[in-house]
Amino acid sequence: MSRLDERLKTRQELPTADPSVVVSAKATRMARRDFLKTTAAVGGGLCIAAYVAELAARPLPNAPANATVFAPNAFVRIAADESVTVIANHSEMGQGIYTSLPMLLNEELEANWSRIKIEAAPVDAAYNHTVFGIQMTGGSTTTPSEWERFRKMGAMARVMLIDAAAQKWGVPASECHVEKGVVIHAASGKKATYGSLADAASQLKPPANVPLKDPKQFTLIGKPTRRLDTPSKVNGAAQFGLDVRLPGMLFALVARPPVFGGKVVSFDATETLKIPGVRAVEQIPSGVAVVAERYWPAKLGREKLKISWDDGPGANLSTSQMLVDFSKLSASPGTIARKTGDPAAALAGAAKTITAEYDVPYLAHAMMEPLNCVIDLRSDGCEIWTGTQFETVDRANAARTAGLAPEKVKLNTTLLGGGFGRRANPASDFVIEAVNVAKVAKAPVKVVWTREDDIAGGWYRPMWHDRFVVGLDAAGNPIAWTHTIVGQSITEGTAFAPYTINKDGVDSTSVEGAADLLYGIPNLQVDLHSPKIGVPVQWWRSVGHSHTGFSVEGFFDEMAHAGGKDPYELRRKLLANQPRMSAVLQLVAEKAGWGKPLPPSRGRGIATHFSFDSYVAQVIEASVDKDGTVRVRRVVCAVDCGRTVNPDIVKAQMEGGIIFGLTAALKTEITLEEGRVQQHNFYDYPMLRMFESPEIEVYIVPSEENPTGVGEPSVPPVAPALANAIFAATGKRVRRLPIRASELAAGSEAKS
Amino acid sequence: MTSFFLNGKSVTVDDDPSTPLLWVIRDSLGLTGTKFGCGMALCGACTVHLDGNALRSCVAPLSRVAGKRVTTIEGLSNDESHPLQRAWIEIDVPQCGYCQSGQIMSAAILLKENSKPTNKDIDEAMSGNICRCGTYSRIRRAIHRAAEIAAEKRSS
Repeated sequence: MSRLDERLKTRQELPTADPSVVVSAKATRMARRDFLKTTAAVGGGLCIAAYVAELAARPLPNAPANATVFAPNAFVRIAADESVTVIANHSEMGQGIYTSLPMLLNEELEANWSRIKIEAAPVDAAYNHTVFGIQMTGGSTTTPSEWERFRKMGAMARVMLIDAAAQKWGVPASECHVEKGVVIHAASGKKATYGSLADAASQLKPPANVPLKDPKQFTLIGKPTRRLDTPSKVNGAAQFGLDVRLPGMLFALVARPPVFGGKVVSFDATETLKIPGVRAVEQIPSGVAVVAERYWPAKLGREKLKISWDDGPGANLSTSQMLVDFSKLSASPGTIARKTGDPAAALAGAAKTITAEYDVPYLAHAMMEPLNCVIDLRSDGCEIWTGTQFETVDRANAARTAGLAPEKVKLNTTLLGGGFGRRANPASDFVIEAVNVAKVAKAPVKVVWTREDDIAGGWYRPMWHDRFVVGLDAAGNPIAWTHTIVGQSITEGTAFAPYTINKDGVDSTSVEGAADLLYGIPNLQVDLHSPKIGVPVQWWRSVGHSHTGFSVEGFFDEMAHAGGKDPYELRRKLLANQPRMSAVLQLVAEKAGWGKPLPPSRGRGIATHFSFDSYVAQVIEASVDKDGTVRVRRVVCAVDCGRTVNPDIVKAQMEGGIIFGLTAALKTEITLEEGRVQQHNFYDYPMLRMFESPEIEVYIVPSEENPTGVGEPSVPPVAPALANAIFAATGKRVRRLPIRASELAAGSEAKS
Repeated sequence: MTSFFLNGKSVTVDDDPSTPLLWVIRDSLGLTGTKFGCGMALCGACTVHLDGNALRSCVAPLSRVAGKRVTTIEGLSNDESHPLQRAWIEIDVPQCGYCQSGQIMSAAILLKENSKPTNKDIDEAMSGNICRCGTYSRIRRAIHRAAEIAAEKRSS
């Protein structure tokens, strides 16, 4: 039985923590390691064809009432005015899919590009991710999910428009072709625009199977194309969740416990209720809601609340203690995630062994648009406006909270002012809370989080500790590599656990980037401790790779130096059987001028990382001031992400991921003492700014492979490339993020 | 009641005079292009112009703008024709786009005062604006490009 047959046969709806949330069994292959294989199988045609047939036969969730609009499937509508509306089933959070999805569709449709409009899809099974089986945006998978489907949808529409024209003219369809939204019969000179054919095409039966172009014929895919959403983002018109306004809408802020897991004992709203504009103060499951006519009185009102909290066991949490505890835990092996050869024996026989421990902190996503959610809750239904990455999950959770059937909940996805994983919350925390607020507000209400709420609000990238012990032979080559990882599972207790956590208890998202190490080292062990800690954690741009990229590639540099090897040359050697990563590595080294002289006091560091099925290598040039301030001078990045849909968007995502990675490397940490988050706003959770922003060069390796991830893969190599550059410049080894100037200042002790 | 000029039109609002201008513009006057990011003048997403100077509207009380002229992103041009808007589109600066109103409003003051800014000038003028998507290198390019566009406009 082939993998695909097996998958289709075992497809079932699996119960989850919330019975109203169903995740397709296809998501059992959600472990990212398997993602490419899965897409290869699912995207092979059969499943897409099934989608086409299914969608053609069923009423469309967003079908327009106007008969002159041609809507051949759930993803495109063509109107008599020549406008072409592409329906996006993934959320736009900056990664450019409101441009790349129309590009995929229009590669086959060949409408006039200037007439393309984009619209967010409603929640419907028709819009489920082709692999994960729910409607969602994440895992850098939008293009891999839609690579075939959107082209199929465009091709279907084109064939029907040609058929409509051919029938009208009484000529064979095979004699017609299309150009920029016009069907042409060259022999007779007859022409008809798509808009003029919309009505006639609507009467036709969708074709069962439409062949797609040979990629050699692509005219749009692979060409730098301006984003469709840019004009609205330079004139204030773009509508984010926070911009939604309803008639009679109230505003609410929620006072949440200062300690994770804390509960309200009692509260006194006397002073709050004296503030003009405050309408109601009510306890809800997540805290105390202050409802007002405007944001500002709600904010002032919350400040005046007197709440007595029961902190619960969370009051004992201390990240400085966790640092110590994690290190202790890592001294003994955890649950095996991967084992090849006999690492213990190889270590025993090694000419030299080296060991090191790495630490990274909890991190908040800190999207520029703080979380928010607008709810219009009525007895017979509920409408929601929010920027979410998790439509299926949020609708189900909102429906359960409201006591409604999911189909009674209409969820409108707005633009997202950044996502980075925070808006794909398995518990739908910010949506459920908003429904609870709506119950007490008794009017349409917008729940707004302040920046302080966001920074202290949890759902962080977990704190991680990594310990390595590596054995080298007499020539300095690694013969054994052992890697013990300590950190919370982000999927334990969620609906995703059955797909991400194996029978031994290893969460694949904890060990990704480590257990799938590309380097050819004969004896290898990766093991995992997953302590249970009461801090809510979640995926954060590049997920597990955000720690394994730093620790693995930082330690690799140590290993190369310990063995007297050039870090680039050793990587080349150990990647001999990885042609795609080898090519990326060599390209970045060439473009960066690896080995060439640098200005005095400047160092160069290199790192590679494979994530989301894409290959990335980076070289960073940095210097360190006497006071320890790190100056990032230049970042060179090479990427192989398969075929690129829009190379300029790929470049933008690499650039953005590099800045995101630099912020994590240099700036941010969430710490807790006595259970309280110590950071509040951008003054103590600082972002990289313009004056610290380096020159970035991005090089894309040409590829004919199917597209792979783009939004996340440039993040993991940043911190290690920088740490390795700092070592080259100063001889000081960075093993803990964020990088601390105090540890790099002149006179401070060199660590290696 | 407080009156001021918003994008050239006289407006009157009944918000408490201590209310930050940001929320008056967004919630009372319904112009949502000006964004909330931090509430402490740390991120620049709320940047508007007050009588030709950059103002962080999240910390400026309504009383401060009484009788004065406030310009928001919506008032920069009515057809995306401002050199910065043209450059932003040409270079495809925005990703999520949330911070970009503030970036453009800050850059507009820079260009007004300095028709040919250097990278250092840009660092100094733009470091009060955070972009979490990391579009800084494109913002830098776009400001240089906008300076060129403005120069072309002046010479034509």
